[in-house]
Amino acid sequence: MLGRLTVDALPFYSWVAMGGAAVTVGGGIAVFLLITYLRAWKVLWTDWLTSVDHKKIGIMYVVLALVMLVRGFVDALMMRAQQAIALNSEGYLPPEHFEQIFSSHGTIMIFFVAMPFLTGLINIIVPQQIGARDVAFPFLNSVSLWLTAAGAALVLVSLVVGKFSQAGWTGYPPYSGIEYSPGVGVDYWLWALIVSGIGSTLAGINFIVTIVKNRCPGMTYMRMPLFTWTTLCISVLIAFAFPGLTVVAAELTLDRTLGFHFFTNGDGGNMMMFANLLWIWGHPEVYILILPAFGIFSEVVATFSRKRLFGYTSLVYATACIALLSFTVWLHHFFTMGSSSNVNAVFGIATMIIAVPTGVKIFDWLFTLYRGRIEFHPSMVYTIGFMVTFVIGGVTGVLLALPPADYLMHNSTFLVAHFHNMLIPGALFGYFAGLNYWFPKAFGFKLDAKWGIRSFWCWFIGFYLAFMPLYVLGFMGMSRRMEHYADPNWQPYLVVAAIGALCVLAGIACIAIQLYVSAKTWGSARDITGDPWNGRTLEWATSSPAAPYNFAVLPEVHGLDAFHDMKLAGEAYRPPQKYEDIVMPKSTWIGPVLGALAFGLGFAFVWYIWWLVALCFVLSLVCVGIRACDDDTDFVLPAAEVARIETERLAQISPADLHDMRDFLPRGAASGAPLPGTV
Amino acid sequence: MDVIAGFCSKWLRKTVLSAAPVFLGFLLSGCALSDAPVLFPKGPIALAERDLLFTAFAIMMIVAIPAIVLTLFFAWRYRKRKNGGVYTPDWDGSWIVEAVVWLVPGAIVVVLGTLVWTRTHEFDPYKALVSDKPAFKVQAVALDWKWLFLYPELGTASVNELAFPADRPLSIEITSDTVMNSLMIPALGGQIYAMAGMRSELNLLADGPGVFTGRNTMYSGDGFSDQHFKAHAMSESDFTAWKAKVSASPDVLDAPAYLELHKDSTANPVAYYSATEAKLFDIILRKYAPIVGPYESEAAELICRGNS
Repeated sequence: MLGRLTVDALPFYSWVAMGGAAVTVGGGIAVFLLITYLRAWKVLWTDWLTSVDHKKIGIMYVVLALVMLVRGFVDALMMRAQQAIALNSEGYLPPEHFEQIFSSHGTIMIFFVAMPFLTGLINIIVPQQIGARDVAFPFLNSVSLWLTAAGAALVLVSLVVGKFSQAGWTGYPPYSGIEYSPGVGVDYWLWALIVSGIGSTLAGINFIVTIVKNRCPGMTYMRMPLFTWTTLCISVLIAFAFPGLTVVAAELTLDRTLGFHFFTNGDGGNMMMFANLLWIWGHPEVYILILPAFGIFSEVVATFSRKRLFGYTSLVYATACIALLSFTVWLHHFFTMGSSSNVNAVFGIATMIIAVPTGVKIFDWLFTLYRGRIEFHPSMVYTIGFMVTFVIGGVTGVLLALPPADYLMHNSTFLVAHFHNMLIPGALFGYFAGLNYWFPKAFGFKLDAKWGIRSFWCWFIGFYLAFMPLYVLGFMGMSRRMEHYADPNWQPYLVVAAIGALCVLAGIACIAIQLYVSAKTWGSARDITGDPWNGRTLEWATSSPAAPYNFAVLPEVHGLDAFHDMKLAGEAYRPPQKYEDIVMPKSTWIGPVLGALAFGLGFAFVWYIWWLVALCFVLSLVCVGIRACDDDTDFVLPAAEVARIETERLAQISPADLHDMRDFLPRGAASGAPLPGTV
Repeated sequence: MDVIAGFCSKWLRKTVLSAAPVFLGFLLSGCALSDAPVLFPKGPIALAERDLLFTAFAIMMIVAIPAIVLTLFFAWRYRKRKNGGVYTPDWDGSWIVEAVVWLVPGAIVVVLGTLVWTRTHEFDPYKALVSDKPAFKVQAVALDWKWLFLYPELGTASVNELAFPADRPLSIEITSDTVMNSLMIPALGGQIYAMAGMRSELNLLADGPGVFTGRNTMYSGDGFSDQHFKAHAMSESDFTAWKAKVSASPDVLDAPAYLELHKDSTANPVAYYSATEAKLFDIILRKYAPIVGPYESEAAELICRGNS
């Protein structure tokens, strides 16, 4: 009846595992009780969970990401603590537990922190940035969110029922095959990837169509803000790369569940195919995570330097180059697999070529700072911290792209330091910058800047303390994923790295305090104009938070910095001649229910509960059928209602709230003189 | 809240002030780093690989240093202040700047790319090393969680210890009788994966006699952390003595003994075998061949079918 699910699946095997399970269950119960206490179930269901409004979906994505960030970070902290003390000893974690932790850390951070964080920010902002009322497929958007949440739920449940994978976040066979990993861990990992991966693919397709079809009048491709450009590029990457992941995960699932031999040791299986397929998704994935952050940096650096973005065209081409080249370098993840010199050299060179457009981007941001008037808003500080730190990661990346050097550094902590050096400043700092920058747009009030700056310094210093020692340890011959070690020379570095992790913990605490403080004092930090930072792009033209329809009248765009130009021309905040009825998508229960069914399907598959697999599958089809037959998916917001909302909003704005556009007058001795090379 | 804020900033300042010197101290002390096998290699291959690393690092500084310095300088120089510096809000492009930022990194990549092409071919781990003496051949088999070394020249075998004459190049054939592993002796050179049913190769050379740490760098399960061994590059006399020691071992690595060895073990003690099953390495490779049997010998039959 319950397949291989028995009472043994509960984590009575270790106190640490029990603790983790208790925290997970306790957290779930606490949230449940809190919602019940606040009597918020109905509001939560009707206004949020069933919503197809891209802004609400975006907020739910970001909340998911922040919750999972805490979980993933606890894993990191536990690993750092273990390695700091495990010289010639077992530390406090047995190998089978340490292995689950590094596997879940990677899986969570990539799939359930970075992916939902960036998808959330894209959801909130991109439709507003292109002057659209919603994404192209609002219902599909809801399905994407709930499939991602279902994947995250599978990872969380693995902490309580059964174990998580011990095969690392990349899960190379044959180790992840049924012969060497007979438990449920790898299955949890696979189903989390498959379910959330389908969600990501759908989100990618949704945003390609949204950006291609839903731009407002006048917004040509070369007038799209950089964040929209990076979103378009990564959406294309997602649509092409994620199916690769889904296929490779499905093949490994077939190997494990039905006795296929795609990647087994014998019987014609070939583990090298897995490495190829995984990284054909995996390398574009790196850019899927980083490019949106590049978009955010581009927006932030222009806004807070109070300048036009330097080299817009260059940045667009650089982004497109990176997106294209990202499919040509996957083999650099396994130079040491024994490919011929020709193959290794070609992929090494291709990898280095990517460094060129990436470097160009850094210099374009640099020259946006040049002759600007820089304000150190938290998002700007994150941007500068990123620029400095990311360069170091770029350098070590090119070092690893030299195959002979990679033979020395592969699988070492140098590699671990390198990719954290790319993803923490390159992705996470960008998302945090985006959080600080766009929070008012989502919630209508500003985040506390003081705590934002504090969180930056903790993250920044913590990053250096945690990962610079790992670079050195790589030189000292330390492999990644070691549960204990025998070389006393390594320990001091690992202790410093653990201190760095504590520092990052303080950074996360600062973000929590920042959210708390800001929520408490929200009345005094309200964003009445919808444009708290004197922004340049269209998302600042809407109210904060934006009305369900974003734009009462679709704007018309004449240049790159559309809203900046409107403000200069005095056209912003001007009520239109007349309002029109707006067709809006209705909320639907099918998104969250499909998510729940996907979770059930994954869970049942993990535990071989075949009747439940069949039930969830059939019910999913029924849901899709119901939705397909439903012609009544929209409602009309009458013009009068739109007029009421808009009039109310404009009445609140007094001239004193508006930014003084005379701030943008050039200044200084050379301001009149043309700069070298200026067109 | 202010209390927490005050505490936090004080705590932060304290952390920075106390942690920074400690960290710098570690970096500068050098006492630990002088043992770093990658920075101070003990063989020409590792040395050349390290030199490539250093050269590339130096070349990249042409771009990296200006990027970091200019970021900090511009951020400081053009910060918002009263009567502050020049401000050109509409300046958004310059052909000269664009040309420099595309072409200089481009030129560096051309240089590095050339370096990659020549060096990757030069230091192909499969390439036999040029030496006036013939290479010493060893066959390495990754097991859970130990390394088995077969010496076809001597007809002997050892577990978790590799010995070879220091004045001859070392040529290792590698496979795995378990999950994917990666064999590396950092002081002598780079690594290569060990995969079941497949044969990979690593050619290394030591500067002279010495003892180096080798290990599996590819995570492979519970015993992974202890899966390391000592590689001894020996003088002629030491090697002769070592050969005698191994030959005197009462243990023989026949098929049943191999099946015994194949079982999982963590931190397996060093073991010597005075004789091995004939063509053991080939039999282990054959175990995973798509087409199985009939086997040429009873031993092969036992190894290939006995433990699956």
